[in-house]
Amino acid sequence: MSIFVDENTKVIYQGLTGSQGRYYGLLNRDYGTHVVAGTNPKKAGTDVDGIPIYANVAEAKEATGATVTCIFIPAPGVRGAVIEAAEAGIEFIVAITEGVPAHEEAYFYNKLRNDHPDTQLLGPNCPGIISPGKCNIGITAGHIAKAGGPVGIVSRSGTLTYQALYELKQKDIGVTTCVGIGGDPVPGTTFIDCLERFEADPETRAVMMIGEIGGSAEEEAAEFIKSSMTKPVASYVAGVTAPPGKKMGHAGAIVSGGKGTAQAKMEALRDAGVMVGENPTEAGELMAQIVASL
Amino acid sequence: MDLLEYQGKQFFAKYGIPVSDGEATDNVDDAVAIADRIGYPVVIKAQVHTGGRGKAGGVKLAGNTEEARTHASNILGLDIKGHIVRTIWVEKASDIAEEYYASFTLDRSAKKYLGMLSSEGGVEIEKVADENPDAIARIHIDPTVGLIEDQCRSWVEAAKLNPQATDGAVDILMKLYTAYVEGDADLVEINPLILKPTGEVHALDAKVSLDGNAIYEHPDYEQYDKTQPRDEREQAAHDKGLQYVGLEGTVGVIANGAGLAMSTVDMVNQVGGKPANFLDIGGGANADVMAGALEVINNDPDVKAILINIFGGITRGEEVANGIVEAMERVDIDAPIVIRLDGTNAAEGRAILEPKLSDRLMMEETMLDAARRAVELAE
Repeated sequence: MSIFVDENTKVIYQGLTGSQGRYYGLLNRDYGTHVVAGTNPKKAGTDVDGIPIYANVAEAKEATGATVTCIFIPAPGVRGAVIEAAEAGIEFIVAITEGVPAHEEAYFYNKLRNDHPDTQLLGPNCPGIISPGKCNIGITAGHIAKAGGPVGIVSRSGTLTYQALYELKQKDIGVTTCVGIGGDPVPGTTFIDCLERFEADPETRAVMMIGEIGGSAEEEAAEFIKSSMTKPVASYVAGVTAPPGKKMGHAGAIVSGGKGTAQAKMEALRDAGVMVGENPTEAGELMAQIVASL
Repeated sequence: MDLLEYQGKQFFAKYGIPVSDGEATDNVDDAVAIADRIGYPVVIKAQVHTGGRGKAGGVKLAGNTEEARTHASNILGLDIKGHIVRTIWVEKASDIAEEYYASFTLDRSAKKYLGMLSSEGGVEIEKVADENPDAIARIHIDPTVGLIEDQCRSWVEAAKLNPQATDGAVDILMKLYTAYVEGDADLVEINPLILKPTGEVHALDAKVSLDGNAIYEHPDYEQYDKTQPRDEREQAAHDKGLQYVGLEGTVGVIANGAGLAMSTVDMVNQVGGKPANFLDIGGGANADVMAGALEVINNDPDVKAILINIFGGITRGEEVANGIVEAMERVDIDAPIVIRLDGTNAAEGRAILEPKLSDRLMMEETMLDAARRAVELAE
């Protein structure tokens, strides 16, 4: 099995008519994802390479029975797009767009939590989600992942997610689902949301978790692992040598006032029984050891 | 984007928060003229992106024209922790009865806004938080609801300020919240927020950090770009639109993606080297971007070896390899380069690089081997 999305998932692309939306939407379809519709109020009734365009998510959902949307809309429109999808009753929203202001994220995160508690948001500023061999939503290159199991992956960084998928594929280890939660200050889906589901998923038997400096999400995940997880976890945290107060690319990756350091995160994870690698390769090797002993 | 104090005060003033009458300048004559206009005593304050200005002699009280001239000329050009003072802020001196602390920021853990208010202001809030956490009254605000005035008043009462300050503090905090949200700030902080002997409440300092992602909503924020603290290398990279952070070492680092770039910096350290920088060239790796990145690294005189770490996802290995080859033809590179190319079509990419290999351009299969090689070369 996989988490959040599988071979039956039907997806609406909000922004399919834009250049990014079209490019990745069609790539995702080529991978095998059921890309059933796009939305654009000005282009309703047209199509993108045979995929029908509807005026809004509600109409697209009504016509196709889709339960998931993927957002490729420029930053200023993301808040409206997320709320539109939630109000239409979409269960899982994948927001790829980067550069969304933190106040916008804080607003729609809380709006969903208060008014649409059954809608799960992933992102924004994330690479998306892939259940290899079944469904790929977002910008991950599908062929770098081996289908099957037993490993689930959750990561805050895009390229390190790809690195992890690739390392496991080189070692002939399959992945149930790989979730890129993104590096923004208010991610819709957290490590814990994914760990909970991996713990409940019978085909996932071990989890790889890739963190980075800033915030306290890794520490909170460590507490969850300690109290509620029976499956083994291997991890890597990027930014061990990042100087305090310097922004390392991601909006979230900043160390402030001695808090959110990689050392503190690695220590918390080790304390929770997680096998922590000093670099992505080592984390991959640790995962191979775990898989061999399952 | 971090604002200087005077920019922060101007930002506060836009939202009706009371700040001292003052003006910024970059020269002594203007400073004296401003001081004469405002009326003495005045405070002359260095405008730099670092704390500890007072201890370094960057904040002085002037009682007359002569003192204003002396202090302004001493402070301009002063080196405060490596930051040279180019701008000073001259403001009317305030009588202080009590000093408080107030701020709004995002609590990433609770995913709500966090307001902090303390009767112990004027000192580092981290210190208060460590030594006497009960002295900070905290409030969580749901962004979809906002800060309600009654809630704000209870918060002020919980902070046990002088009762005389209650009305003024509520008024300022409501305005500060509006500035925080409508101004798309990551942080707004007043330390100290003062109560004057006359009973008025007033923002004596301003610390504001704005969200760079929100510039599309605030085109005027472009003006703050040029006062961001950047060294020469960082400025050159910024001008080319590259995500670059200057470090102190000898191994220049180029990678695609922030996580991979951070990880590469870590790895250089792990194998005993010192990275010269963090540089993320983003998802693609075309010749223009790669050439720009190599130029920036090449202009750093401390760089003795360059490590290029690329993982092809959607971007294919042969495109990346062609980009690197073309960039190397355009830029005359001083230091030897070690490349690690992996991911989609890595074999095709490596085949393109193979004939170009020399003692100036080397290739390694793994991230770890590439880091080791680059560190050896830098020694």
